[in-house]
Formats: sequence, C-alpha cells, structure tokens
Amino acid sequence: MLVNVMDVGIVSYGAYVPKYRITPAEIGRIWGLDGVGVGKGLMVEAKSVPSPDEDVATISVEAARYAMKRCKVPPQKIGAIYVGSESHPYTVKPTGTIVAEAIEATPTLTVADYEFACKAGTAAIQTCMGLVKSGMIEYGLAIGSDTSQGAPGDPLEFTASAGGAAFLIGSKDVIARIDHTLSYTTDTPDFWRREGQVYPSHGGRFTGEPAYFKHIVSCGRMLLERTGAKPSDFKYAVFHQPNGKFPLRAAKLLGFTEEQVKTGLLTPKIGNTYSGAVPLGLSAVLDEAKSGDRIFVVSYGSGAGSDGFDITVTDAIEQFDRAAAPTVKEILSNVKMLDYGTYAKFRGKIVLGGE
Amino acid sequence: MRRVAIIGVGMTEFGELWDLSFRDMGIRAGFEALNDANVTSDQIDALYVGNMSAGRFIEQEHVSALIADYAGFAKNHIPSTRVEAGGASGALAIREAFLAIASGIHDIVVVGGAEKMTDISDIEVNAIQSSAADQEWETIFGATYPSLFALMASRHMHEYGTTREMLSAVAAKNHKHGSLNPKAQFRREIKPEDVSKSPMVSSPLRMLDCAPISDGAAAVVMCPLEMAKRFTDRPVEILTTAMASDTLALGQRKSITEMMATKIAAKKAYERTGLKPSDIDVAEVHDNFTITEIMAIEDLGFAPKGEGGRFTLEGKTTLGGEIPVNTSGGLKARGDPIGATGVAQVIEIVQQLRGEAGKRQVPDARIGLTQNVGGTGSTVIVHILGVPE
Amino acid sequence: MTKTPRYWRENQSRYNMIGVRCAHCGRTYFPARAMCPECGRKSLGKMERFKFSGRGTVYSVTTVHEAHEQYDMLKPYSLALIELDEGAKILGQIIDCDPDEIKIGTRVRSTFRKLGEDGKAGIIYYGYKFVKE
Repeated sequence: MLVNVMDVGIVSYGAYVPKYRITPAEIGRIWGLDGVGVGKGLMVEAKSVPSPDEDVATISVEAARYAMKRCKVPPQKIGAIYVGSESHPYTVKPTGTIVAEAIEATPTLTVADYEFACKAGTAAIQTCMGLVKSGMIEYGLAIGSDTSQGAPGDPLEFTASAGGAAFLIGSKDVIARIDHTLSYTTDTPDFWRREGQVYPSHGGRFTGEPAYFKHIVSCGRMLLERTGAKPSDFKYAVFHQPNGKFPLRAAKLLGFTEEQVKTGLLTPKIGNTYSGAVPLGLSAVLDEAKSGDRIFVVSYGSGAGSDGFDITVTDAIEQFDRAAAPTVKEILSNVKMLDYGTYAKFRGKIVLGGE
Repeated sequence: MRRVAIIGVGMTEFGELWDLSFRDMGIRAGFEALNDANVTSDQIDALYVGNMSAGRFIEQEHVSALIADYAGFAKNHIPSTRVEAGGASGALAIREAFLAIASGIHDIVVVGGAEKMTDISDIEVNAIQSSAADQEWETIFGATYPSLFALMASRHMHEYGTTREMLSAVAAKNHKHGSLNPKAQFRREIKPEDVSKSPMVSSPLRMLDCAPISDGAAAVVMCPLEMAKRFTDRPVEILTTAMASDTLALGQRKSITEMMATKIAAKKAYERTGLKPSDIDVAEVHDNFTITEIMAIEDLGFAPKGEGGRFTLEGKTTLGGEIPVNTSGGLKARGDPIGATGVAQVIEIVQQLRGEAGKRQVPDARIGLTQNVGGTGSTVIVHILGVPE
Repeated sequence: MTKTPRYWRENQSRYNMIGVRCAHCGRTYFPARAMCPECGRKSLGKMERFKFSGRGTVYSVTTVHEAHEQYDMLKPYSLALIELDEGAKILGQIIDCDPDEIKIGTRVRSTFRKLGEDGKAGIIYYGYKFVKE
C-alpha cells in the first residue's frame, strides 16, 4: 500500500497521561522478582496507572478536548472520529461516540472504533487522511489511547500502562504535513487476547525478531525508499516503544541515532501506552518541533503491522496556540507514586464482595 | 376557620425494632393515641399518614390504605391520605390534618408518622436518604446526605467561626436529654470528647454528629378545639402551622449557612400568632446533624445569626437554660424514623405543655414550637402549640 | 440496566456543562431551567443555551469518608460546592489530589471522568469532576 498525499496533515493535537505511577521495583517486590533488574533490562523507570474513574473514553476525551482547545476549528466541522485502542470500555458500543458528544461534534459525522493492538491509533490517522484527501470530510479526529493491563507477575505487567493522544487531521492551516504514509502488514500471532479473557497472551521472545523488528524495519526501509530520503534528513524519529530498548535497536537498524529518537521516547517514564504510544511520542515531538523539521514515524501493532509516516512541520506551527493545552512534559511533571495494593485496587485486580 | 387541638398522643419506642413490622408499629402508636384521647375507631373521620419511603424501605406503596386497614378503620371506609416531604413528612401530615379540621371538612382525625428503616442494609438506607436531595445533580456526583450537611457546616465554620466543640455540644446535650426519655433510641449520655473523636463520616461531621437509622411510629389524635373538652381536660392547641420551600439542590441556594425555608416558615408562624421567639418556652428542632440544630436555633430567632454554636456551648438550649431545645433527645438521641419524626416532635411539645414530661419537664411551659426539615432544607414546617385559654 | 434513558438524557449537560443564561437579567443557571427564578414570566423564551468554562472557586468543601457504592473505591475524596466563574454554583468531586489540599477559595477546573456504572453489564456513565487549577 503506497500513497502519496500532499496538503493533508495534522491541524492540531492533544495528549493526556494519568498522574499515578508504579515502579518495576514495587511490582517485583510483590511477585518475588528482581523488579529493579527487570526495569533496567526494559529501560522502564515507572509506568502510568489510571485512576478508577478513568478509562479509554475519559483519556480520549481529555486528549481530544486539548486538541480542540489549541485550534479554532468548530467541532461541528469534524466529519469523522476514530478511536483506536485495545482496552475500549465496551466490547460493543463505540468509544468514539462518547468522544463525539463530549466535544460537541454530534450528529453530522461518522464514527467507528479501531483495534489493531498498539497501532490502532495510527490506523485511525491513515483513515482520516484518506477521507480528507478525497474530499469526503473537512476534518477528522484520530485518537490512540489505552489503559492496557498485564497479568499479575507477567513481564507485561511491568510495562502495560495508560495514556493517549488525539490528532485533528485536515488540509487547512496544517501545522505538520503528512507527505507519505505506507504500511507493512502480515498475519503474525505474536501477542493476542481472546474474547472473554482479562489479560493478553504473548509469544515470549517470538514478539521480537519475527514480529516487532521485522515489521518496523521493513516498513521503515520501504518508507525511506519511497521518499528517497536518508535517516539524516530527519530531525526526529518516533518508533513504537513497548519498552525503552526496542525503539533504540530499531533506530540503529534503520540508521537513526539515539539523539533523533530521544524526544519521542516516553516509555521509560510512563511505560507502554499501547495505542497511545506512538501518538504520545509524536505529540512530545510536536511540542518542541520547529518549522521545516522532518519527522519519521513508524508504529507497530501485534498481529501484526506497522504504519509509517513522513511528516514535515510547516510555518503554521509558529502561530499554533500550543500553550492552550499542557505539553507532554507538563503532563508528566506532576506524578503520584503508588504501592502495589493501591495499584491493584485501581486496576480492578482485587476480587470485591458480591462477585 | 376553627381552632384545632390535640387530644391524644402515642408512640412506639424508637430504635431497631426487629420484632415489629411497619404495620405493627403503626397500629401500636395509633392505639396508644386513641386510648390517650378516649376515642374509639368509629369516631375517627380521617387518617393522615406521614411516610418518606416505604416503597423503597419495604417495597410497599399506598401505605395510607395499609395503615387505615390495619388500624381498624377499614370497615368505616374513612379517607386516608399519605403525604411525603422527605424528612418533613410527619409535620406535613399534621399540617394537612390541621387544614382539614380548621376548614370544617373533618372533625376527629388521626395523624400517624412511621418509617421502617432496618429491614434493608445500611448502604441501601444511605442511598434512599440521599434521594431527598437532588439525585441527578448532587447524588450522582458523589454526594451523600451527610456530605451535603457537611458542606453547610464547613461554610458555617468559615463564615462564623463555629467550632468542633460547638457541634459536639449539641450531640452531648441531646443525649443528656434523651437519657431522660423512656421512648428514646439512645438513653446513654455521651461526652463532647466522644463526639469529637468518633469516626469521620464527611468532614467535619463525625458519626456522633449524625442521627441514627431508626424504626418507629408516632400518632396524635386531633379535633376542633370546641370539641376537645369532651375527650380530655388537657387539650393542647396547635396555634398555627407554617410551611416554606426552597431549592432542591444546595448549589442553587442563596446561602448555605441558614435554611431560608425555616426563616420564612418561622416568620409566618410568629406573625400569625403575634408571638416572638422569646415567647417560646420549649422547642423541638430537626437535628438530623448537629449543624442543623445550630442553624435552626439561629433561623428561628432563638440565637443571633452565626451564634448558634456559642449559644449551645453556653448551655442556653439545655434543660434549665434560656430556651430548652430537643428535650426529647432530638433526632440524635430519640431517633429518626424519617416519617415519624415530625409527629414525635409534636408529641414531645404536647407532653411538655400538659406537664407530663417527667424528668424532662420544662417548668410552666405554655408555648412550644416544632421545626421539621425535608431534604437539605428544601421543605421546612414550623408548628407553634400552646395551652388554650 | 434499567436506568439507560435517565443517564442518556442528561449527557449534554453532564459531559459539556451546558446550562442556561437568562437573557433578561444575565444570571446563569446549571442545570438548565425553563424559567429564571428571579425574572419569572419575563424570562420565558429568553433562556439561552450557555456553556460554562468549567473554571471556578471552591465555595465549600468536605472530605467524604462514607460513600455510596459507585464512589466506594475513591474514598476518602473531596466533594465541593464550586462557584463557577460565570456565577452558578455546582456540586462536584475534586480529584487527583490529597483532600487536605482543597480549601475554600481553591481554584479548580473541570475534567471528564467516569461517574459510575449500572452494574457490570450495564451502561457506564460519564460526567464532570474537578481538578486543582
């Protein structure tokens, strides 16, 4: 799938991460594992934990509202909203309509929820691009957000976290043009969750080479070839980040430096926000990017696939009202650490009376 | 308009009455009142029942019919009316009976108030109590019934410097009075420190700042004053009944450190009777929470605005003081079966004015007042009673 | 499972803090009313849709220790009567803070959170809560 698109891009964006955290050390303490060691190995210092009154709907709404605050687009002009997540509050009943109502975009728009493990949010961006480019809609809102869980004591418990970001896609007053997007997709069962299961299952080390790396690197190489660009042409690179180490290795394999990846790498501070990971990383980059900066983005979703984007920041970013909503740095600055008991209570891992 | 008297009173003990059902309680209180009035069922023209939520507490609506039936009035097919105004349901039943008698429509009327609250869990009781507040805009956002009064207390402390000690003084006083009342739920004195140290419910209100969950029923027999001497040589007259309403939700009130509905009802009551606050010898007010009594005595004109706490701390509302308040023990110690409370308040004043209050007697009491609240002050009913000339 | 229409009906107001403003006297009200209590008849047909900014000041506050079922996980929590900048007062929970941090006069702004659910199989309902500014 190769698409050349001009004059379509990001008009505005917003990000949200819950304020609670728990460390690998604290998780390891409960399960008799060397949490500190695990944390170092994964390059994760802490992961974000949602409050009992937060879920993918509330996170998506906060991110979407921030995006709308930063621009002057009337919500009634939004023609589509797609929310990508693997922890939608309902199995049947879309998160997208809750977001639509909460930003007053109803009723003249189309909505659907997406699932493709960690790349559901970037798939939503591609869909919005297509609808805008074809003239079917004026603006589309693409959101990637998650409150994913890992089974107690499982390696995934150390990283599965919560957060999300929203992107308003359009063709007017674009602050970052998406010049190219393409994807690399195969049927690879590296990580999955069956209907009715509370926690996902994964293939252990199978999630590395044949899954994450194969797709990110293939997609990345295809994108470089398609654009005719070299890694050094880009100021920033954002890769999917299930832990702090994989994206650094992916960067190296594709020829990018740690310096380019640094800004968009949030997992060490907040854990793996799944569908929110690349959207949040991209938001962090847009928080500081200047006109002319080029951004290389490759997401990854288990199952498996990668979406790649070649993005260039425009002059419009100088007038962009970024200060109308908190930057990722600001959101990450006010945190509260939890003990495992409180974390388990917040995440519904404790059997309550009457169940 | 005819003058109206109370010729008989009766009530169950208030408390956790495991062995008594809703109808058992109603009958017991009713018969005691009929005996006290020396009337028989055949002489009764109408029944009024005050009850807040039998539908949710015991899944029984239409309690007007239930009580009429089991009280033995069914064979006479008398009109029976159930009234509801949250916590003020009892006083409302008395008011409706007063209006019927004063207008000439009915002669001898029985008024009963009853509530059976212990057949369900405390959690469900709390949910039902908070339905007297604004369900859509207060309860759904995390408000419990105590938390709304806590917001009033918090603001009263902020505006007037009311203290923790003052709140505790109200509860301790009412327990002291309650220890002298054989029908009270709690007959044990408590120290102010006990109140101040009891578990926090919603700051600043602690467990002992709050009236209990109770079962109970109370009844009075009323008739035109001109007929009263046929039945008793100690009738007590209801000089007037006054009622006022206010917004449902706290957020829409002009002030949350007073109940405007109390001030207006009291003003009407004083005007109609030509009486002043200083003429009142004894009063029963709605102390569902200690702060509510503090605001009540200010709003009724007994204590200066903002000074209700200090007034109480100085003993002015204790038996023997300037204006004894809640000699029955109040809702706090006597208990608060919601629909029965308003009637029980009137019964205490009747007993005081008859000189039958035993150890709780206020010497030479000739004029008494009751104040009964619904919700967070959305309904207030004030009655003034007196010994007829 | 049986209260769906009741929750759905107020979504606009609960999600977006939409109340009314009396065009006659300028007072704002939340939740919306068909008539201005001050202006009475003169306000009929003049109550305009009004969206509150969500910013306000704490007018009174309490820390709730004994909560209803839906809020049991969150106790003890701060519950406040908030005077919105536009005039109306609104009741709400203040979250993501230590209840002791909230005092009369604290500035707050609204956020979007889960209020509760109609059991494990029922509808989830959302609405406003507040955070310190």
